[in-house]
Amino acid sequence: MAVTVSFLASLAKLLSGSTVRWIDCQPDTCQRIYFANHTSHLDALVLWASLPRELQPLTRPVAAKDYWDRGPIRRHLAKSFNVMLIDRTKVKVHQSPVEMMIREMSDRYSLIVFPEGGRSSGEEVGEFKSGLYYLGKKRPDLELVPVYMENLNRVLPRGEVLPVPLLSCISIGAPIWLEAGESKSDFLLRARDAVCRLREL
Amino acid sequence: MMDATFSHAVVWLSLTQNDEHPDVIHTQIYWLLGVVLGLLVIAYVAGRLMKRYPDHSLNPAMIEQFNHRIRVWWLMGAIFVAGFLMGRATTIILFGCISFWALREFITMTPTRRGDHRTLFWVFFFFTPLQYVLISFSRDTYAQWFGDSSRDFYGVYSIVIPVYALLFIPMRIAFSDDPKRFLERSAKIQSGLFICVYCLSYAPALLNLSLRTSAGEPWGDPDSHLPNAGLLFYFILIVQFGDVLQYLWSRLAGRRVIAPKINASRTWEGLLGGVTSTTVVGALLWWATPFQFWQAACMSMVVAIMGFGGSMVMSAIKRDRGVADYGTLVQGHHGVLDRIDSLCFAAPVFYHLTRYFFSQVY
Repeated sequence: MAVTVSFLASLAKLLSGSTVRWIDCQPDTCQRIYFANHTSHLDALVLWASLPRELQPLTRPVAAKDYWDRGPIRRHLAKSFNVMLIDRTKVKVHQSPVEMMIREMSDRYSLIVFPEGGRSSGEEVGEFKSGLYYLGKKRPDLELVPVYMENLNRVLPRGEVLPVPLLSCISIGAPIWLEAGESKSDFLLRARDAVCRLREL
Repeated sequence: MMDATFSHAVVWLSLTQNDEHPDVIHTQIYWLLGVVLGLLVIAYVAGRLMKRYPDHSLNPAMIEQFNHRIRVWWLMGAIFVAGFLMGRATTIILFGCISFWALREFITMTPTRRGDHRTLFWVFFFFTPLQYVLISFSRDTYAQWFGDSSRDFYGVYSIVIPVYALLFIPMRIAFSDDPKRFLERSAKIQSGLFICVYCLSYAPALLNLSLRTSAGEPWGDPDSHLPNAGLLFYFILIVQFGDVLQYLWSRLAGRRVIAPKINASRTWEGLLGGVTSTTVVGALLWWATPFQFWQAACMSMVVAIMGFGGSMVMSAIKRDRGVADYGTLVQGHHGVLDRIDSLCFAAPVFYHLTRYFFSQVY
């Protein structure tokens, strides 16, 4: 399993020729939510692989259970990378995805989330779903770290199996927190802006 | 058919690895290497000294740039020497990797659309390796397959990209059902493949020639495992000299900028001075080549002019895309394309002139 992980991580890094830029933010073992734009299957893998080695076991990508629990290969991949699978179909009051994420991350793990909810075509960053807001509200101690992933949609776009080895860039920006009295829509807009702004830096 | 191909590949591999004379590299190479090493050491020491004792008439940024260039040359030199020592296959694979990386930078910089994805896959994983595989088939391989030891696969590798790949690219894009800016997208991918892969591949293709002097005497030690490595090294050296000499002339005597919108630092004085001095340097190194003194001068002049043109073309592409350097395209990567632009444009001309005037005619 460890072999799968390191092999896939190096392969993804090689194919995506990724460089990581830490802008006003440093790698840290404190609990964080990395939230990024989502354009490719490689996103979570490349972002995870770009983190320093000691942070990797502490950082778990969040993914949809209905997608990643289908078939033995996906299940194996999800298990190897310690992916936190969230059931989107059975949402109940005390079983909401946010509750589950908070419970599973306890006081140890950091998460990688894609608040757009699905992969976009890559030209525009889509609107964010509200999960990030509730995470920030229920756990104000978490650092919410914006990440912009550039060019990965060209390396492996949605609906393609074979990658094209272009160069990509991952920008990790300064953490944000939910401000006191900030409304949900304001916060989500600000979070989305934080991701988009990294494109210009 | 597959079996036959496979066994030929095995034969080819064993041919390239069976070094019966591992110690015979052409003596001229050693001399040339010695000269280069000497120059690099001098340049390195000069760069260090300039950094330590700053002279106020010199721009510190320029010194830093100079030192960076020297470091890149050390690296390049080390890589090429390692390639030459390891043999033919390694040298060709090395050039293949450089092409691959340069193409990667080129396509990253040029916007393509979703519909080009599969075309790009073919370009990267089929045509690029194919070109270098064809070049790696030596005359021995040709003799193994067709019983004629005077040829290599020149007839194939000289047309497979400029004819077949250039036809294939728009065809495959057309199948993707996205007509937007169709011609532009095809042209971008075509030029990327042409410049980064096809043109550059003519440099290692020099290894396939059976060299003659203009008097018809065979040149080079036929027992050496890389008889033409000296010529390839000479070519790369002249291109680098051309680059740096035109830069120096532009700095020292540049008045009239050729095309300010494309590159503000390239001047007519730089072109003239650079080409002239490169011609002189190239002529003085004639003893490392099959050329006579005046022939080496002509070759160096052509190489210098083509190299200059190549840099201008790449500057134009960069200005069009609004990037300063391929190196800054993605932070932390050193632009390979910045280093090889002149090499790409000079390689085909140098190859063809050598082929028609200084190799066994076939």
